This record gives sequence, structure tokens and C-alpha cells, in this order.
Amino acid sequence: MAQELPFEKPLVELRKKIEELKRFTDEEGIDFSSEINKLEKKAATLEREIYSQLTPWQKTQLARHPQRPTTLDYIDQIFSDFIELHGDRVFGDDQAIVGGIAKLNGKPVTVIGHQKGKDTKDNILRNFGMPHPEGYRKALRLMNQAEKFNRPIILFIDTPGAYPGVAAEERGQSEAIARNLREMALLQVPVICIVTGEGGSGGALALGIGNHLFMLENAIYSVISPEGAAALLWKDASQASKAANTMKITAQDALKFDIIDGIIPEPLGGAHKDLDSQSSDMKAFIVESLKKLEPLSEKELVEQRYQKFRRIGKYTTIL
Amino acid sequence: MLKDLFYKRKKYATIPSEKAKKDVPEGLIIKCKECGKITFAKELQKNFYVCPHCEHHMSVSAPERIQDLLDEGKFFEYDNDLVSTDPLQFEGYLDKVEKDMEKTELNEAVVTGEGTIGGYPVVIGVMDSRFRMGSMGSVVGEKITRAIEKALVKKYPFILFSASGGARMQEGVLSLMQMAKTSAALSRLHGAGILFISVLTNPTTGGVSASFASLGDINIAEPNALIGFAGRRIIEQTIRQKLPDDFQTAEFLLKHGQLDMIVHRKDMKQTLTKLLDLHLVRRGK
Ligand SMILES: [Zn+2]
Repeated sequence: MAQELPFEKPLVELRKKIEELKRFTDEEGIDFSSEINKLEKKAATLEREIYSQLTPWQKTQLARHPQRPTTLDYIDQIFSDFIELHGDRVFGDDQAIVGGIAKLNGKPVTVIGHQKGKDTKDNILRNFGMPHPEGYRKALRLMNQAEKFNRPIILFIDTPGAYPGVAAEERGQSEAIARNLREMALLQVPVICIVTGEGGSGGALALGIGNHLFMLENAIYSVISPEGAAALLWKDASQASKAANTMKITAQDALKFDIIDGIIPEPLGGAHKDLDSQSSDMKAFIVESLKKLEPLSEKELVEQRYQKFRRIGKYTTIL
Repeated sequence: MLKDLFYKRKKYATIPSEKAKKDVPEGLIIKCKECGKITFAKELQKNFYVCPHCEHHMSVSAPERIQDLLDEGKFFEYDNDLVSTDPLQFEGYLDKVEKDMEKTELNEAVVTGEGTIGGYPVVIGVMDSRFRMGSMGSVVGEKITRAIEKALVKKYPFILFSASGGARMQEGVLSLMQMAKTSAALSRLHGAGILFISVLTNPTTGGVSASFASLGDINIAEPNALIGFAGRRIIEQTIRQKLPDDFQTAEFLLKHGQLDMIVHRKDMKQTLTKLLDLHLVRRGK
């Protein structure tokens, strides 16, 4: 049974009622079919109503849903022959980022992404998807390797942010992120980035310099978490829902700001409701994107990526 | 409106000028936040705003820093016409920007341009923490990117003095993307073999620390500057313990291999000149 979010409650209640009536029909032999029919129609309408007008904060909750598919789920569904590769060759192997080589429709690609846990134990191992510098350095190592063997790179972004800790600072969290931003700009292979859940600030951006950047329909991309923004703005982290609205963090906002190239639709109720269909939709976007990028020369790929980011920003001139 | 206001004030916005120096009133005293001792403002100014009692490096405005660093009368400012818009329709944002424009007589939190240091031509950017705490929004990102592109065309070394709390929250994800934009521009400078010296001053944190400020061929910091990715309070909340006093200071970073050197402000020009000289062989290649 899926874990419900607060705003899903009316729908869950209604569904329970339908189940009850069905059980009644089976057990007592009383015909409730017209009632059931009516309620099912009502449930369908309610479902559409709820999910078609999600607030930014509700989307945030979906993006962080404990059952939200992770990078390894998508890798398993979209690619074949995945081999995970480990370590940054300097300090360690950060479990908050996974990466390796796989095949996409028979062709080798490099896949990398933030990795969140499935349960508490897994989340401790994955540090809740919050990388240390060695995670970013591993990612860069794998990207340079991809470039050497001329493999396209597909990145899955889903992190609350880079880990704010003592060791992370000592080992150069800033430098690791900054270096990725610079080096990714120079990659001579197609780079496709997909924000699948939380695009948490610099920790997300450090895997986010692509030729094409997509977001899932309910994913978010933000410079600061809604809780962090609320704490700064109103000295009150509990105002996160208000901050989520103020900060314009949804995929739809990012499209409006010309930051992303497209929005990948999610099944009604979120990606976790139907991993198969979510994965096949995502795969279609990746394949389509690669088709556009593969004819480009190495130089054109670098230039296209540069121009994509060069354009971002809103300002005016007084002259 | 923002535009009109700045247009009216624009005539003051050219820098550097002797004005900054003349402005200090006779007899004004300033108290050092570190040691609590007082110094005449005039004396402090002559001492590059370093406390003569405890060597604490106080913050310096961008125009004053440029005036102290660049050879006399050889600064040509870029892009002082760019101003913020309000992409998020963030309550009160433009008012705050306007107030800071008025207060600083700058168009944004970074001043960029070209000049010479010790006779060597450079493109230089200097951030000013008085303007929205030096935070990086679209204008800061654009000015720095354009400056890097200028350095690329002219084949001049690029020097950037950071002083910033990070990305500017009021421009949301657009601010975040300025990290990508500026770093991508640096990738071109890097590829062209042009020197980039990053000077990190107090404070250099968050999105600025995690982009261009960490990407110097040579990373220099001023003594005791606060430099780091995550905020001290956030780390303390995460690990549930107090951090040592020297955490995220320039000295801490030097010890952990994140900096090439710490340079006292009075020696900065000389150090930069020496470094520029050592890289002379690459110029005009
Ligand atoms: Zn002092």
C-alpha cells in the first residue's frame, strides 16, 4: 500500500469506502453496483482534481515521496547490462551517488545519479542522497571516462543538496562542485540531465550541466530548500509551504525561465504510482534527445551546451 | 522605478574616483569588531582597512579596493548599466536593490572592468558585500561572465575578488544557474591557457564558493576570511555539535589544501604583480 500524503487523504478515504462496498457485495450478496459505480466516478474526478492542481508544496512532497523511484530503479528499467563502477580514486566511494556503464537500446552509455535510500537503513547508507566531495569527484571521473570512450552521459538528479558537514568542508565540497561545473561544460559527448525528484541547489547542479535538461512533472529545482527559505525569510521553517510558492521551484517555473528543455509527464499521483510507465516515458525522452544530439560534432556539443547556460538570467539595461 | 532611479544617479556611478577617499570626515573613529579598539577612519583607510591593533581585515568597498589595487587612473569599467529585474515577483526585492544602489552608488554587487596592476593589463572583478551581502543574482552572474569573455578575447589575465554570501535567494533558480554560467565561461578561459587568480575575501560562501571562487589557477585568501560551502549554523544543526572557532577560516582552508596562500591586504598588490609577472610567458600566445 502506498504511503499517503496529507492532500491525498480525501481520495484514500473514498477508495476505502468503495472497497468496503465491494466486500459487502461479495460477502452479503447485496447488490451495491450502482453505488459503487457512482463512487468510482466520483473518485476518478477527485483524483483528477487533486493531481491536476497541485501546489508547489504538494509537488515538493511528491518529489520527496519515500516511495519515489530512485536512480537505480530507473537504471534498471531503462537500460540493460548495467555495471556499477565505484570510487573517486582519491578518497573513497560515496554511496550517495551511483554510476556506471549500461546499454540504451543496445548502445553503451554512462549513467550517473544521486541515490536516495528506500528505507531508513538504506538512507543512512546513502546519506539521504546528499553527496560528499568524493561523490562529485567519482561522477566527474566517470564522465571523463565516458568521454574517452565516446559514450553519451545520462544523469539523474535527485538530492536535497550537497552534504553540509565538517568532513565535506575539509575535503573541499565547494571545489568539487565548482570543478564539475567547469569540466562538464567541456565534455565532448552528449550529456542529458533529468531532475527526477529534488533538485537541491549546488548539490544538484554539480550533476546538471547538460546539452538537454529535463524535469519530471512533479520534480523541483531550487536554490534553497523551502524550509531553508522560510527560515531566512520569516525565521520560521514551518512556513515552508508558503516559501515553496514564493521561490518558484516547480518544473513549470523552470520551463518558463528557459532553464529546462522539457517536462516529462508523470502518471496521475506521481512517478511512484507506475514505475513502468514512468520509465518508458523517460526512456522516450532520452532516446529522442540523443537523436538530436548525436549528429552534432564534438565542438558543436560543447558550443550548444555553453550557449544553453550562457543565455540564462533575467536583467535589463538602463542605457 | 528602479531604472529611473538609477538613471538619475548614474552620473555618480563611475569608479574609481578620488571621491571615496575625500568622503571620510575628519575626526571620525571606527571600532574594530575583533579587538574592540578604536582607530581614526583616516588612518584606517591608509592602512587598507586593516585594524592596526589586531590585523583584522575589515570589509572594503569595491571602488576602494579597485583604487588601492590598480595603477593610477587605469580602470575602465564594464557593464555598469545592467540592473536586476524581479523574475520571481519577490515581495520587497526591488526596493532592497534600489536602496543598495543608492547606498553604494553601484548598479550591482560586483564591479568589473580592466586596468593595469604593476603595469600588467588585467580584467578584474571585485564583489561588494554592501550590496545585498554580495549575493549573486542574474546581473552579478552576467557581469562576471562578460568580464571572463572579455579576458578571453583580450588574452588578459582575469582576477576576481569574491565577497559574497552565495546565490541570491530572491532570484531563485536563476541565481543558481549563474554558478553554471560563470563556471562554463571559466572553462573557456581555462582551455585558452589564460591565468585566473581567485582572491577570496570575507565572506565567500555558498554558491559563489562552489563556483568561480574555487576555480582559480591560483586561489588566494585574505587572513581570517570566512570561506565555505555550507553555513556554520546548518552544519551545527546537522551534526548537533559546536564547531571550532577556526572552522571555515582561510587558515582552516589552507591547512586542508583548498588554498594556495593567504596574503595580507597590504601585500596583495605586490603578490598579484609578482604572479602576473611569472605568467607573462603565456600572454599573447
Ligand atoms: Zn582590531
